[in-house]
Amino acid sequence: MRRLSADVVVIGGGATGAGVVRDVAMRGYSAILVDRADLAQGTTGRYHGLLHSGGRYVVSDPRSATECAEENAIVTRIHADAVERTGGLFVVTPADDLEFSDRFLRGAIDTKVPVEEISLAEAFKREPRLNPGIQRAFAVQDGSVDGWQMVWGAANSAKNYGAQILTYHEVVKIDTADGAVKAVHCVDRKTGEDVAIEAGFVINAAGAWSGRIAAMADCPDVEVVPGRGIMIAMNHRLVNHVVNRCVYPADGDIIVPVHTVCIIGTTDVKADDPDHLSIPRDEVQKMLDDGDLLVPGFREARAVHAWAGARPLVKDARVSATDTRHMSRGMSVLDHAERDGVKGLLTITGGKLTTYRLMAEHVVDQMCEQLGDPRPCRTADEAVPKSESGANYLVTHRLGEREHDRLDDQVLCECELMTKKMFVEALDEQPRGSFDDLRRQLRLGMGPCQGGFCSMRATGVALETGHIDIDRATELLRLFLKNRWIGLWPILHGEQLRQTALDNWMFHSTLNIDHLPESTQEVAL
Amino acid sequence: MNDFAHLAVTRASLDNCVKCTICETQCPVMAVTSKFPGPKYIGPQAERFRNGESVDHSLDYCSGCGICTLSCPQGVQIAELNAQARAVMKEDHMPLRDQLVSRTTVMGALMTPVAPLANGALRIKPLRKIVQAIVGIHEDAPMPVANGRTFEAWFNKRPKRTTPAPRGALVFFHGCAGEYFEVETSIKSVEVLEHIGYEVLVPKQGCCGLAQQSNGLFDTATKAVLKLCDELTSAGKDLTIISSSGSCTGMLKHEAHEIMGVDDSRLKDVGTRIRDISEFLLELHDQGELPEDFQRIEQVVPYHAPCQLKSQGMGLPVIPLLELIPGLTVVESGANCCGIAGTYGLKKEKYEIAQAVGKPLFDMVKATNEGLAVCDTETCRWQIRKGTGVQVEHPVWLIHKAYGLS
Repeated sequence: MRRLSADVVVIGGGATGAGVVRDVAMRGYSAILVDRADLAQGTTGRYHGLLHSGGRYVVSDPRSATECAEENAIVTRIHADAVERTGGLFVVTPADDLEFSDRFLRGAIDTKVPVEEISLAEAFKREPRLNPGIQRAFAVQDGSVDGWQMVWGAANSAKNYGAQILTYHEVVKIDTADGAVKAVHCVDRKTGEDVAIEAGFVINAAGAWSGRIAAMADCPDVEVVPGRGIMIAMNHRLVNHVVNRCVYPADGDIIVPVHTVCIIGTTDVKADDPDHLSIPRDEVQKMLDDGDLLVPGFREARAVHAWAGARPLVKDARVSATDTRHMSRGMSVLDHAERDGVKGLLTITGGKLTTYRLMAEHVVDQMCEQLGDPRPCRTADEAVPKSESGANYLVTHRLGEREHDRLDDQVLCECELMTKKMFVEALDEQPRGSFDDLRRQLRLGMGPCQGGFCSMRATGVALETGHIDIDRATELLRLFLKNRWIGLWPILHGEQLRQTALDNWMFHSTLNIDHLPESTQEVAL
Repeated sequence: MNDFAHLAVTRASLDNCVKCTICETQCPVMAVTSKFPGPKYIGPQAERFRNGESVDHSLDYCSGCGICTLSCPQGVQIAELNAQARAVMKEDHMPLRDQLVSRTTVMGALMTPVAPLANGALRIKPLRKIVQAIVGIHEDAPMPVANGRTFEAWFNKRPKRTTPAPRGALVFFHGCAGEYFEVETSIKSVEVLEHIGYEVLVPKQGCCGLAQQSNGLFDTATKAVLKLCDELTSAGKDLTIISSSGSCTGMLKHEAHEIMGVDDSRLKDVGTRIRDISEFLLELHDQGELPEDFQRIEQVVPYHAPCQLKSQGMGLPVIPLLELIPGLTVVESGANCCGIAGTYGLKKEKYEIAQAVGKPLFDMVKATNEGLAVCDTETCRWQIRKGTGVQVEHPVWLIHKAYGLS
């Protein structure tokens, strides 16, 4: 049993939790963040990478629109290395009603979201692949953001202010006494060790899982409806701006260029369990059709990976529970002292990745108020580590870096231009990390070959450098391929099918992966 | 800048890449230098990272030979992707040298009237050193030998032809080198075609723009190729066009469209009517219409098929054609590229690479026949001559000789 204590324990290592831990640490509280998995492995890592301009909500949710516009500018500045300022377009396709675009423009003015109508010629100049039948086009300040990098940036900033970040620590019990939260009990999933954290205050930022956490503190019926959305990454950037359909928010109406791929999203269907999200065939087909409407030929382009995320939407009695898109996207803070008579516990849910910082600010303000200890929020004023220069990410970065070091360093992942040095340094930082943990930071195996060539190289390097033993090497490789497969099979057709066949031949015929020696002991991954 | 390079229709073919690396096992440049990251790297891989700013200038070490596209089993247009990326890279800072070497007509027109002087000057070491320092053309690079007369002058001044032309008319496309430097090849081609019964028309014609294209100057190259199409068509609308300039033929057949995205009915028309002379003669043979009263030539001749000829997808017509000549044995070089790749091997930073690429070919040529080798394109012949000291001519020279015309 390991015993720790902190002023504030933050539960959940997604964008919201990372924002909260950074905020409390910057306000001078001692803080510990716990997550049952890696940082940004849940909803934050399973979205389409859009940094909203606010344009999407100018008609449906004006308050969110204004918040997005303001936070967009802040996130672009404080997370410069995670944000690419791609710019965005809203286009009225031949299938859409022009009437909405008038409401869109009016809404943008009312909500102070910067929107500029551009000529069709200018739209095609910016994005030559756009549907030639578009009727109207507007330029907005959408960007794309790497959710993993953003969350790690916030977490590293928090660490610099003294916070501890405990990943793979699953909360199993919350102690309450005298009507207040006293301690959070976790299990370290990598070692099996019990960890007890004495807590002055607990902020529940567990997203789609926050109802379960609240229930552990005897706060029942916090109903968070997981809204499942699927996304598909295409092999290369068919567009270099975010392209939105100028319609009332609907399925499949955004294509986001992020890193080397572009992502179409998304659907929105009520799910029962955020841990088991399916990627239904009809939704995949719908996404490809929707993509084709914005960018003709989209359907024939190469899809490399699909995934599903669970939006944490707080249930609102005003709308039917099966229509999650029109539930409140706005953030909501549940005060469990008032609601359940449990002091020292706040639950923060809802919201969007773009507004993660603002959500954190709100909930920490409320905590300070309850503690009678007002301290100002500073998270908008200071850039996170590695973003101090203010230079935003560009898709050309890695190509430019390899231009200088390609003769001195081996490229392990050719699709994403990840070098041996980058991989070994990440392993040094996270010696117990799985290859998926490293993937989220390095993009290992996220390109067209989906790990076919790079995963065995990475395994070999990790073994050779002594970071792992042979049993762990086998299990890590198998797990990585298994996880890649989850996102591969729903989109297997065309070129990706050919790639997968080649990869399978290599793994089976040269590595005999199905018959590698069984591990002699249990390997905790 | 042509919008096409930005639009990059070819870009879509990068989706076909399965990372098999076959292109990199075939790339002649990658085999001899680490300065070039290789076709897969700069092609389907790097293209996913490109948007706007050009950051990977090592792509300029691609010679553009096209062996990668030819060998890709998945249909990735690797060389075309690279040519387009190069055009974007050079959009803002085109070196003077790349503009100069690509102006073949200008160079030829300037050198012809003063051929002995020009040739002498190109042999003067100190002068070449100055040229290398200022312009960036390597002092030892193979240079064309200027002729005292142009092909056009010969064609127009020769006695009026009186023999009948029962097979009708053909248009001859000589190319810049065929006009100024490799004049004998153009003459022999016309004489062979006339010998077998064609009337040969030679409309006034300019450059196809290939050298500008391979140096990333798409705008001027596009203008040049379309002007040429009009000129070639001016001699007759439906006539077959024949050329003994292998690489220029490729520009008209497919490169202008596939690399620069020229989508013009004039180019389509000319591109489908043009035939490489060996291709044309072999077609006649296949139809039983080629006179085959060849005189015996008792020789073993090495033949190098240029990369830009292979990419035309017509096989290697020279070999079965020349083997119709009794006594003649043709040995295919088996080399992917001679190294010169148009203007690549002339440049001072690439000269050594081009020599290294050509080395196995040079050795093969010398070992096969120290007296004569054949090759279809001009710059490759200059490169092999320079690298071996062997006389290297267009295959039509042997056909000409076997018909008793020389």
